Amino acid sequence: MIRFEGASKVYRDGTVAVGGVSFEVPAHTTTALLGPSGAGKTTLLRMVNRMIEPSSGSVLIDDVNVASVDPVQLRRSIGYVLQAGGLMPHRTVLDNVASVPRLRGESAASSRNRAEEMLALVGLEPRLGNRYPDELSGGQQQRVGVARALAGDPNVLLMDEPFGAVDPIVRRELQDELKRLQAELGKTILLVTHDVDEALALGDEIVILRTGGSIAQRATPTELLLHPADDFVASFIGAGNPARSLSLREEHGARLVFDASGRVIGTVDR
Amino acid sequence: MNWLQQNIALVAELTVIHLAITIAAVFLSLLLAVPIGRLAYRWKWVGGPTVAVLAVLYAVPSLPLLIIVPAVTGTPLRSPLNLVMVLTIYGVAVLVRSVVDGFVAVPVSPRTAATAVGYSGWARFWVVELPLAAPIIIAGLRVVLVSTISLVTIGSIIGIRSLGTFFTDGFQRGIVAEVATGVVVTVTLALLLDQLCAVAARRALPWTVPTERRRRSVPQ
Amino acid sequence: MNLLAEAWAWLTDPASWTDGGIPERIAQHLAVTFVVVVIAAVIALPAGIAVGHRRRGGGWVVATSGAARAIPTLGVLTLFALWLGIGLVAPVLALVLLAIPPLIAGAYAGVAAIDHSIPEAARAIGMSEAQIVGRVEVPLAARTIVGGLRSATLQVIATATLAAYISDTGLGRYIIGGLKSRDYAEMIGGSVLVVALALILDAAFALALRLRIFRTTTSARHHERTAL
Repeated sequence: MIRFEGASKVYRDGTVAVGGVSFEVPAHTTTALLGPSGAGKTTLLRMVNRMIEPSSGSVLIDDVNVASVDPVQLRRSIGYVLQAGGLMPHRTVLDNVASVPRLRGESAASSRNRAEEMLALVGLEPRLGNRYPDELSGGQQQRVGVARALAGDPNVLLMDEPFGAVDPIVRRELQDELKRLQAELGKTILLVTHDVDEALALGDEIVILRTGGSIAQRATPTELLLHPADDFVASFIGAGNPARSLSLREEHGARLVFDASGRVIGTVDR
Repeated sequence: MNWLQQNIALVAELTVIHLAITIAAVFLSLLLAVPIGRLAYRWKWVGGPTVAVLAVLYAVPSLPLLIIVPAVTGTPLRSPLNLVMVLTIYGVAVLVRSVVDGFVAVPVSPRTAATAVGYSGWARFWVVELPLAAPIIIAGLRVVLVSTISLVTIGSIIGIRSLGTFFTDGFQRGIVAEVATGVVVTVTLALLLDQLCAVAARRALPWTVPTERRRRSVPQ
Repeated sequence: MNLLAEAWAWLTDPASWTDGGIPERIAQHLAVTFVVVVIAAVIALPAGIAVGHRRRGGGWVVATSGAARAIPTLGVLTLFALWLGIGLVAPVLALVLLAIPPLIAGAYAGVAAIDHSIPEAARAIGMSEAQIVGRVEVPLAARTIVGGLRSATLQVIATATLAAYISDTGLGRYIIGGLKSRDYAEMIGGSVLVVALALILDAAFALALRLRIFRTTTSARHHERTAL
């Protein structure tokens, strides 16, 4: 479980990246941080593993203040996935995935075994293990990034726009993979995204942030669509957006779904 | 500073000689490097070996080269021409690299646009490619300027007069002030010329100046 | 052409190669070069890597090493000789000081060129700062750093030749001595020896850079210029 208590970040020149944010990510659930650029989503995320220190307030993991834990040890106990992998280009895929177990002092052999398990878990062929990251496609690199984050068996997973750098088709695949993994593993996930569809797809709860880092609304996807707290949320989540305002019509013996501008976008099977 | 006061005329004279040798060498280097670099860039099969040979030449230490070149070409050992030739070799070695890098760095779109608009090969070179390659070439030119000014002093060992004469003469007569003056004047000359080059480049290539700076200096 | 023939005769004369002759001078020259490069590297490389790792002060490094190019070697050598007297201390000190700027600049450039997201990712998965430098930044910058060592070595071979002007060491003595006694054979022969030494060492570095450990992968290569 992750808890933010009045966390804020103010930079020396006066910019307020995050202003007094408090919320909780319940254990074994996924919370998506959603918002426009400059809303402080990544800043908040990075407070959890102390890549950024809050100017005031605190961040707690399972009721322990992260500020009281040595940052290096803390990071080894948290899984971190970034956009475009962040893989070490001069190490093989297997070595990359084995990073955290190795850092923790596990033997080369056991780290390697663990890495191979992780590769299988994220759906990658074992033979990719001996390749170097730049020999893999973007989607494969992201899977390696996830494998690396999971190799240390952390309770908490931090994801910073993890699927932003790949094309939409691969992105859907990876999102589905993540949902499958989460069903199997039950990690506590905090995910940053600017993609509303991704937040709706992956988040058990969504926290919408305004520019300047304050919470506009925190709710489940259904709540957000049905009861947006204000105009900002409504326009952001797209409840009033023609693309999300769908209608159903029977035509040609089937039930067709139309968006607000009258374009057909899907069918209803059941 | 006593020494300086007594020898001001000599300092001035040697500075002029030093500058003359420098400018001759750097000018020749530029004159040779641009066509060579252009050819090396256009035709890779020529370019590869050329750059390789120049890299080898650049690795050759200066004093030995000053001895070998006259032995091979028949120029008198102690003539300034000898020094200019050696300096030009180093200058070309560095500049050809910059010229090639400069042309490589010219983005494809202005080139294609120029052809589409109707520029011929020659015109495209002068109007589009050379100006866009210029910043990188000039960066190389500045490096060559500074290192040439420093290298000229080596000639004093074999008797070619320049600011380096203050080093050999000062050492032999044990006058620290003389050597120190030589160092200070050489370094100052180098930094001055480097800055001059930078300013001239900004004037000649106004688009390379960052926008905020440009707006401030242009009268509205 | 006569001169070249005389030089060739001097070079191939067995008498030149007896004790105290060419082999000893070559050894001296190599020894001085080695000592100077090692001392300068021990000082400059950690400094350059640290500045590159912290990503602060890089501007200073670049500016100072650029300005250092303006400092005339002969001037520094003679100045130090006048201050510190006869012996090896003056030339070695001068050569070390002259070798530091290009080494710092090379080490800094190598580390700073690494895509910032890579050391950041290393930090995020739990590497300590020392581990980031040792396991990530130095391996990725290794090629550039060794390239810096290569040009520093060439520079020292050249400046060590000049050092013969202030002290009786190395192959430069053949040139300086030959100038004084107008022995053109010795002068040219000595020059050829220095050039050969420089080229052999340069080739050795070029070969070393082909070793597997210096073959960086594409993502780091984006920021490299190919060194010859």
